[in-house]
Amino acid sequence: MSDNLVTLTIDSQQVTVPAGTTVLEAAASIGIDIPTFCHDPELTKPGACRICVVEIEGVRNLPASCVTAVAEGMVVHTEAPTVVETRKTIIDLLLANHPEDCLTCQKSGDCKLSEYAYRYGVRKPSFEGERHDFPIDDSSPVILRDNNKCILCGKCVRVCEEIQGRSILDFAYRGFNTKVTPALDTDFAQSACVSCGSCVAVCPVGALVEKNMVGVVRPWEVKKVKTTCPYCGCGCNFDLNVKDGKVVGVTSNPASEVNGRHLCVKGRFGYDFIHSPKRLTNPLIRKNGELVEATWDEALGYVARKFSEIKENHGSDALASLSSARCTNEENYLMSKLTRAAFGTNNIDHCARL
Amino acid sequence: MTNSIDEIADADYIFVTGSNTTEAHPIISLRIRWALKKGAKLVVADPRRIELAEMADYYLPIKPGSNIPLFNAMMHTILNEELWNKEFVESRTENFDELKAAVVNFSPEAVEKYTGVPADTIKEVARAYAKAKNATILYTMGITQHSNGVDNVLSIANLAMLCGQIGKPSSGVNPLRGQNNVQGACDMGSLPNVYSGYQPVADAAVNEKFSKAWGCELSLKPGLTVGEMMDAAHHGDLKGLFILGENPVLSDPDINHVKHSLKNLEFLVVQDIFLTETAELADVVLPGASFAEKDGTFANSERRVQRVRKAIEPVGNARPDWQIIAEIGTLMGYPMNYSCPEEIFAEISALTPSYGGISYARLEQGGIQWPCPNPDHAGTKYLHAGQFTRGLGKFHAVDFTGPAELPDEEYPLVLNTGRRLQHYHTGTMTRRTKGLDALLPEDYLEVNPVDACKLGVEDGQQVKVTSRRGEIVIKVKVTERVQPGNVFTSFHFAETAVNYLTNTARDPVCKIPELKVCAVRVERVS
Ligand code: SF4
Ligand code: SF4
Ligand code: SF4
Repeated sequence: MSDNLVTLTIDSQQVTVPAGTTVLEAAASIGIDIPTFCHDPELTKPGACRICVVEIEGVRNLPASCVTAVAEGMVVHTEAPTVVETRKTIIDLLLANHPEDCLTCQKSGDCKLSEYAYRYGVRKPSFEGERHDFPIDDSSPVILRDNNKCILCGKCVRVCEEIQGRSILDFAYRGFNTKVTPALDTDFAQSACVSCGSCVAVCPVGALVEKNMVGVVRPWEVKKVKTTCPYCGCGCNFDLNVKDGKVVGVTSNPASEVNGRHLCVKGRFGYDFIHSPKRLTNPLIRKNGELVEATWDEALGYVARKFSEIKENHGSDALASLSSARCTNEENYLMSKLTRAAFGTNNIDHCARL
Repeated sequence: MTNSIDEIADADYIFVTGSNTTEAHPIISLRIRWALKKGAKLVVADPRRIELAEMADYYLPIKPGSNIPLFNAMMHTILNEELWNKEFVESRTENFDELKAAVVNFSPEAVEKYTGVPADTIKEVARAYAKAKNATILYTMGITQHSNGVDNVLSIANLAMLCGQIGKPSSGVNPLRGQNNVQGACDMGSLPNVYSGYQPVADAAVNEKFSKAWGCELSLKPGLTVGEMMDAAHHGDLKGLFILGENPVLSDPDINHVKHSLKNLEFLVVQDIFLTETAELADVVLPGASFAEKDGTFANSERRVQRVRKAIEPVGNARPDWQIIAEIGTLMGYPMNYSCPEEIFAEISALTPSYGGISYARLEQGGIQWPCPNPDHAGTKYLHAGQFTRGLGKFHAVDFTGPAELPDEEYPLVLNTGRRLQHYHTGTMTRRTKGLDALLPEDYLEVNPVDACKLGVEDGQQVKVTSRRGEIVIKVKVTERVQPGNVFTSFHFAETAVNYLTNTARDPVCKIPELKVCAVRVERVS
């Protein structure tokens, strides 16, 4: 066997992976889902939340699987009774200081805390602790921050620093009072946050959510359609979230080649123009100096007639078209064809130059 | 781009000029950050102290319009110190002697007065570029939107070829495209001189190919560019214009001239999703569909063709744009019958060699970067490996001509224009998006403290900005981001439409207007 490969046993299944792989990754590769809060494949690994602990034969204590490398012949039990007990305790402690808000929480249905509480049957916290009463930060037009729901996994802190290079969010205070907040414990509006929403994309609970979607749509009602951003030339991909024939949000699609889960403020939050009441919904024709609504038949008939007339009377080169750097390739191709074949001229351009 | 976006993260040396990447191309700017973390060197040459300048190893506060002397001086140093890539120049290029002759007078000391950059800095930056294992140059409109824009681009290419910093991973010449599908619009032949895939209209064989495919006779004469169309409309030679999804009234230089030209047309049709400033002038307005309401493809800056997928039905009685265009053709007696965009795409692949191997079925697995000549081809991550498109890379002698309009006593300041993070183009979409409009509801004019003091204006005060072509009123933001003598604003806002001021002077070859530099006067409004 090659030196670079390691074979181990996880929950009675044999698996062979490259050396250096973590137990968590090895398990995922054979479809075993170990719970995680603070782990993220793109970010540094603090190994701090301990929900991912596993039992490894011959190893004392329960190591965190996200930071434990595989070894030849290792035997791992991901749901051993001691492991399950530890996880229950962690969830229990988190719930002891967590608002019971799943009914109206925006994250409900897509929340790791409630998912694991369900999975391990942790119903009510077994002890009543002191609860936070942090003010909700609604200062950003696009992101809502509720520190009371935060489980301090730190993913938002790391994504903001390591991926976006902004370091807006950080841990402040200590012990029970620890919270994730912009520098000097201000709000988003007063920080230098660029509203990219990467922190929202990685938050496993309802502490950071898209403001626009609150009260509008729940995760399970959504139909997701992967598409390409209509703004700059980076060509980011994301999922349009559709409910009842309307676009109600944008969420990251990790399978996006250019951008992964990351977007900028325009891509992530720039979609409500789609249903703006100012959208044009009928053709307009100028009559007596005013633009008035018309039927498609009337408008298209008029356009075709006028263009044909000009071509007839003044020649093809009296016609021109400006195509669009915002429209699709297919539409640009048809504009070229219309201009060159139907108008009969090469007078076509667009604003690439601008 | 000759390279891919993800290759930027592996570059050892990144030269950014005329691109405010963190605001205009945020996701590309992440790759620059990641490269810096791995130890890459960053050089930023820009008249404005943009955010990237703060992260740079070298920030060169060049004077607006002085890119050519800067690049020529870098090449001067590289030639002088024998740092050029002899093997590359020997085997892959031609016209080297012409280049040598052209830059001989551009010593870093000699150009100091044009660029404003100390000679030693230019030398250090040039040496590091030549010696880097991989070096990439990123630029945008800051380079092309000058009356000598083509020369700017040629001198970047000269520099890259001289050092062999092109045709390999993470090494190349990378224009970042401003709009989602500028690349695709060009690829598809929305240009007066080429069909899709840059096949020249004046080439007899190409003409024959398309005449046959499209079943009609086609003109061999290249058409008018957008600026020339405006002039032709102005003179009454152009009678009918069909504008799809563009807002030239706000985006083109010298708004008064554009408006006058459009009004002078006999017949103007505008197809858009909003009643834009341009649509307001139209004889017929046709409601198209937004990106969420239709199927299709876009091509991004790195030539990656990706799917756009229909998520909802068009709003109201709006229709997908491809249907409307096809219908007009058919009604004009030229049948254009397509049942769906996929059918159109199949026709594109059949007629466009660089798209030949791309199909909707393949795009389901992910985007594909052209050239992709056949269905078994994986696509192309970086261009010019082993060979340039034309065979040998040709050096072009580039001489320095300054901007068309320089400041004088009457108009003492230089106005520079660009983009802001929260908005896009003429604001048609972003200004109608609650969150974005709340984040940046109005624009401002960036003024250096020295000039603010001279003008007697403070932060937040209204000023009148006047050029030879028009005037606007706008709020002032006093900031050291701009150098003394320069002011800056964006072109996103109709309320402060900066293109009332800008210059239509155009590059003689590619006809890009000089939006980056024009002379203005700023006065307090009491
Ligand atoms: S964050 Fe999760 S656990 Fe907390 S209220 Fe929301 S859905 Fe429930
Ligand atoms: S939105 Fe972006 S910049 Fe703002 S805190 Fe979140 S990750 Fe950081
Ligand atoms: S999300 Fe932002 S960076 Fe990405 S394509 Fe859209 S506008 Fe560009």
